[in-house]
Amino acid sequence: MGRTLLLTHINVPGIQGFEVYRQTGGYRSVEKALKTMSPDDVVEEVKKSGLRGRGGAGFPTGMKWSFLAKPEGVARYLVCNADESEPGTFKDRYLMTHIPHALIEGMIVSSFALGAKTSYIYVRGEMMPQIRILEKAIAEAKNAGFLGDNILGTGYSLEIYVQPGGGAYICGEETALLESLEGKRGNPRIKPPFPAVAGLYGCPTVVNNVESIAATVPIINDGGEEYAKIGIERSTGTKLISAGGNVKRPGVYEIELGVPVEEFIYSDEYCGGIANGKKLKAVVAGGSSVPILPANLILKTASGAPRLMTYESLADGGFQTGTMMGSGGFIAFDEDQCVVRNTWNFTRFYRHESCGQCSPCREGTGWMEKILYKIEHGLGTQSDIDLLWDVQKNIEGNTICPLGDAAAWPVAAAIRHFRDEFEWHIQNPSESQTRNFGLAHYADPLVQTVD
Amino acid sequence: MLSVKENSPVEFSPELLTKFGEIVKRYPEGKQKSALLPLLHEVQAVFGWLSPDAMDKVAYFLNIKPIEVYEVATFYTMYFLEKKGKYNLEVCRTGPCCLVGAEKIMHHIEQTLGVREGEVTPDGLFSWRGVECLAACGYGPVLQIGPEYTFYENLTEQSVDSLIETLKNKA
Ligand SMILES: Cc1cc2nc3c(=O)[nH]c(=O)nc-3n(C[C@H](O)[C@H](O)[C@H](O)COP(=O)(O)O)c2cc1C
Ligand code: SF4
Ligand code: FES
Repeated sequence: MGRTLLLTHINVPGIQGFEVYRQTGGYRSVEKALKTMSPDDVVEEVKKSGLRGRGGAGFPTGMKWSFLAKPEGVARYLVCNADESEPGTFKDRYLMTHIPHALIEGMIVSSFALGAKTSYIYVRGEMMPQIRILEKAIAEAKNAGFLGDNILGTGYSLEIYVQPGGGAYICGEETALLESLEGKRGNPRIKPPFPAVAGLYGCPTVVNNVESIAATVPIINDGGEEYAKIGIERSTGTKLISAGGNVKRPGVYEIELGVPVEEFIYSDEYCGGIANGKKLKAVVAGGSSVPILPANLILKTASGAPRLMTYESLADGGFQTGTMMGSGGFIAFDEDQCVVRNTWNFTRFYRHESCGQCSPCREGTGWMEKILYKIEHGLGTQSDIDLLWDVQKNIEGNTICPLGDAAAWPVAAAIRHFRDEFEWHIQNPSESQTRNFGLAHYADPLVQTVD
Repeated sequence: MLSVKENSPVEFSPELLTKFGEIVKRYPEGKQKSALLPLLHEVQAVFGWLSPDAMDKVAYFLNIKPIEVYEVATFYTMYFLEKKGKYNLEVCRTGPCCLVGAEKIMHHIEQTLGVREGEVTPDGLFSWRGVECLAACGYGPVLQIGPEYTFYENLTEQSVDSLIETLKNKA
């Protein structure tokens, strides 16, 4: 079994409640930080840990914290990003549902480090049950003296509030999230200024993912250096991976960064292979926004080295032959899946979720959806593939926020690696309506399907 | 788009207004607009949708302009600007759920309820729609039902049938 830090006690009965959580060692990090450390010490430990943001971009958390402006007499905020809407990702829901105090404990330590007196957890509105769970956890922590005025007699005071979103993927983007938290439409802001300087209500603000915040607990308990010993190189610590699609055992797994992709997919400790005795065709390794890779390229890099679950290894080969860790939403496609149909579905998603502020994103996502609809429904022409390529190229890098890129990359990668599947749809308009392209030469090179 | 096809005048109960007051306290002085999204959820939980009159009253309560409420209510997918069925089934239609059969489930719901996406059954009990990824992709196909957003995972045609049956009997 790999080492776990976040989910170690997840199966302990009653761990959702304060008492049991506390008995398993919960809230020690709050005692340690508030009683024996300065806020800067906490930031220093997080820096030493090498923790990288778990929300998708992978930006070092300690460094982000050290950028926070600290003008005299101005409030500072920590906002937890629990909007979790990236298709393929469901780890934050899992953590908040089963071990909510891990997030609340991390919120207290992190707010202390940043000097925040009020912090918000912005949870996507559909997660109403999780909102209730978090509100209960906050009340329990407050009742036990870990929140509110003069926490543990240390003189530090903090309130945490849960804010529901309204159902919009774009509100996961941090500046859209802040707009939404201010009671407005979720239109991303032009940066700079960055939230570290002017965030919520124009005040210095840090936005961090649920998992990043929860990870500060083991970092403070054991020290940043201990945390950094786990993992490989700049991919330190453990990571929650949401495994979905056609794997045998879908679910949330905490892995030590560095587990080989092959082991993650086929070992019984994790996904247990592909369901129903099928073969693996492709993987989207980090949520819908990252490039899709055919089986051979997700298992091994272009140079033939085993690909590992680290930020660096997943990105090896750049966009030509690699992908990204993203949010850790690992989606496996079996031999029966159609890449064109899935790409059309993803593009429909981005068109639906575009906030509409920038024309390349607003118009481009719509065009891509229409072209992909045509191809998928046997109405495509050869030039459509080039047009599609052209549209995605013109979105990438030309927008206010990264949703534009997130919409363009999956399309580019699908054409790059599965061009013949697109061409087959165009050349066989009627046949493509009755059957799928299948595995073709994308065969899982390991042919390791169990059963 | 804000629909003004329908309107229904509403009264906010004292309990609801008390809840409003508690929510507003979460934010700094003068930042009460932050309460807008949570307030709209509260209103919708009571009335089932957001009529123009309800939105105007929220605006009045928060001391903001009605347009500021309409802008928000039209931007976010969770707010209903017209009446839905008593039970509004929201099925995830995004890629990962489609890999495990979401499209079949939506088709089955359409057949079983006999209404198209967005429409309400004649008895007013049911409506359905596809929604985007609900962060439960490992347990797909999934659907949720507001206002508490009860969640149903690993759907099959049979489990959908028995869910609809149960809801019918409850109504
Ligand atoms: C379109 C879009 C959607 C995003 N959705 C999420 C999300 O649901 N959850 C999240 O934590 N970060 C999301 N992000 C990333 C955030 O903008 C931000 O980088 C992150 O919350 C920072 O936290 P971290 O440094 O702890 O990862 C999204 C970004 C974009 C561009
Ligand atoms: S890239 Fe898309 S989602 Fe982002 S600000 Fe522009 S239009 Fe809105
Ligand atoms: S794709 Fe359906 S819950 Fe994520």
